[in-house]
Amino acid sequence: MFRRLTSSSPELLAIELDGEPVSVPGGISVAAAMLYLDASPTRQTPVSGSPRAPFCMMGACFECLMEIDGNPDQRACQVEVTAGMRIKRQNEADHCEQVW
Amino acid sequence: MKQEYQLLVIGAGPAGMAAAQIAARHGVEVALVDEQPQPGGQIYRNVDSGPLADVSMLGKDYVFGKPLVQAFRHSGLEYHAGASVWYLDKNLQVGILKDGESYQLGAQRIIVATGAQERPMPIPGWQLPGVMTAGAGQILLKSAALAPEDGVVLAGSGPLMLLIAWQYLQAGVRIRALLDTTPRGNLLKALRHLPRAFAASDYLFKGLRLVTAIRHARTPCYKAVSELRAGGDERLQWVEFKAAGKSHRIDTQLLMLHQGVIPDLHIAQAASCETDWSEAQQCWRPRIDDWGETSQSGVFVSGDGAGISGARAADLNGQIAGLRVARQLGFIDEASCNRLAQPVRRAQQRHLAIRPFLDAYYRVADSFLAPPDDTMVCRCEEISAGDIRAVIELGCIGPNQAKAFTRCGMGPCQGRFCGSTVEQIFARERGLSMRDICGYSARPPLKPITLGQLAKTKNVEET
Repeated sequence: MFRRLTSSSPELLAIELDGEPVSVPGGISVAAAMLYLDASPTRQTPVSGSPRAPFCMMGACFECLMEIDGNPDQRACQVEVTAGMRIKRQNEADHCEQVW
Repeated sequence: MKQEYQLLVIGAGPAGMAAAQIAARHGVEVALVDEQPQPGGQIYRNVDSGPLADVSMLGKDYVFGKPLVQAFRHSGLEYHAGASVWYLDKNLQVGILKDGESYQLGAQRIIVATGAQERPMPIPGWQLPGVMTAGAGQILLKSAALAPEDGVVLAGSGPLMLLIAWQYLQAGVRIRALLDTTPRGNLLKALRHLPRAFAASDYLFKGLRLVTAIRHARTPCYKAVSELRAGGDERLQWVEFKAAGKSHRIDTQLLMLHQGVIPDLHIAQAASCETDWSEAQQCWRPRIDDWGETSQSGVFVSGDGAGISGARAADLNGQIAGLRVARQLGFIDEASCNRLAQPVRRAQQRHLAIRPFLDAYYRVADSFLAPPDDTMVCRCEEISAGDIRAVIELGCIGPNQAKAFTRCGMGPCQGRFCGSTVEQIFARERGLSMRDICGYSARPPLKPITLGQLAKTKNVEET
C-alpha cells in the first residue's frame, strides 16, 4: 500500500512480526513499518474485535497499539524500529475475555 | 532533570523553540520537553533529520523550518526529547515520563506549545484500516519516506488538503480523486474577509498556485462533496459520496481525511485553564491575554494551541510569550519587554490577516460536525452518533455524563477524537450554544504511564 521513496538511509532491518521474520527500513516508527509491510489490520478492538490500523501517526488516536518486545499497548507510531524487535498484533477482545 | 526550572516549555515546534530561545537569551533558566525524538513539532517534523533524499518535494514552507530547527539544536538549551507530560496542575507541578522513568518537578512559569491536532472528521466507516488522516500521510512522507503505492483518495477541506495533494503529485503518487467537502456557499460568505487577507497576499497566491498545480495534473476533483461514506470488508475498499446532485463510488484501499486542525488543549485544561468557544474557527481556545498567559497564573499557551494561526505566526507568538516570562521573572523591565515585543507583534499581524478569510472559506459543514446516526463517534469504545442521540433523549445532559451512560470518551485517546463531535451533537440536540456545553474534563495521566512507572516517580528534590 505504501512504497519507499528515494531515501538517504536505504538499509533494511530484520525484525519479527507475530513470530515471522520480516524486513523493514531502519529509522522509521513501528507503525510506519507496519504500513510498509501492508500488515493491516494491526489490532483488534476490545469492544467488538474489529480490525484497526494506524490512523493519525502522531500519538493522539491510540489506534496503532501493538505489543513491542513483550510490552503491551505501545503506541507503534511513537516507537522506532530496532534490529531484532519482536512485534505482535493485539487481539484486545480475546484479552478482555481472558481477564473476565 | 532538575527539581525546578524558572521556565519549562512543553513542545518543540516553532512556538516552543522560539519561546525557549528568546527567554534563554535574556537569562531565564529554561528547559524544553517534547514527546517526539527530534525537534520541529509536526509542521517541521524531520526537516533536518528525515530519510527523504529530496525534501524539496514537501514545499518551501517546510524547508523554511530547517534553519529554525538547526538554530535550536545549536542553542545549547536544555532539551529533553522523547519526554511526555503526563501531569500538570495549577500549582505548576509537572509529571514527565522519559525513557520509561517518571519525574515530578516544578516550574515558575510554563509555556504550553503543544500545537494542534487534526479536527476529527467522522464519517461512516472511518474506523476501517486504510482510512487515515492527511496529517498521517504527511508524517509518513517526512519521517519514513513512504508514499501511497496504488493511489489514494483525498477527502476534506482546507489548506493542508491542498498541500498534501501537491506534495503527493511531486512524489509521483496517483491521486484517484480529491473530494472537496467545502460547502458551496462558503466562498460568498468569506468574500468580505478578502480585503483584509490581501495584507497577507503571499498566502493567497500560494493557495492559488497549489490549486492550479492540482488542476494541471488533471486530478479528478469533486466539489461540495456530501454524504461521504467509507466501506469495505475488514478494510477499506470503496468510498461513496454525493456531488452536484449525483451519487458516486470510487474503489480505493487508501483514503485520507482532513478538515482543518484544532488546538490541542489537553495539557492546558489539565491545569484548569479556562477556554472559550471560537465561532469563527469552530473550536475551543484557551482564554489568554496579549502575551499568551492563561486564566491560570504562570501558565502560557503559545502557537497553534492558542488558536490556529499557522507556523510563521507560531514562531512570533512564542517570542512574545518568552519575552513576557523574562519580564515577569525580572530579567528585563516592562519598557524593554514592550519595546522588544512591538516589531514581533507587527510581523504577526500580517500572518494573522489571512485567518478570517481561511476560517470562513473552510468552515466545516454541519453534517460533518454532527454526523449521521450510523457514524462511529467514539472509535475507542465504538459508540455511534445514534447512541449519543439516544441517551440525550433519555435525559443525558452533557458529554461528561455521556461517559457514564455509554463510556464514550473513556478510551485511551481520552476524548481527543470524539470530544468535539460529541459536544456538537449535544449542542444541536439540546438546542444550546457551544458555550453552554461543558466538554470532557481532562484528568491525569495525560499520556500513558504504567502503575510501576508511576510508583517509582522521582521527586527530583529527593535525589
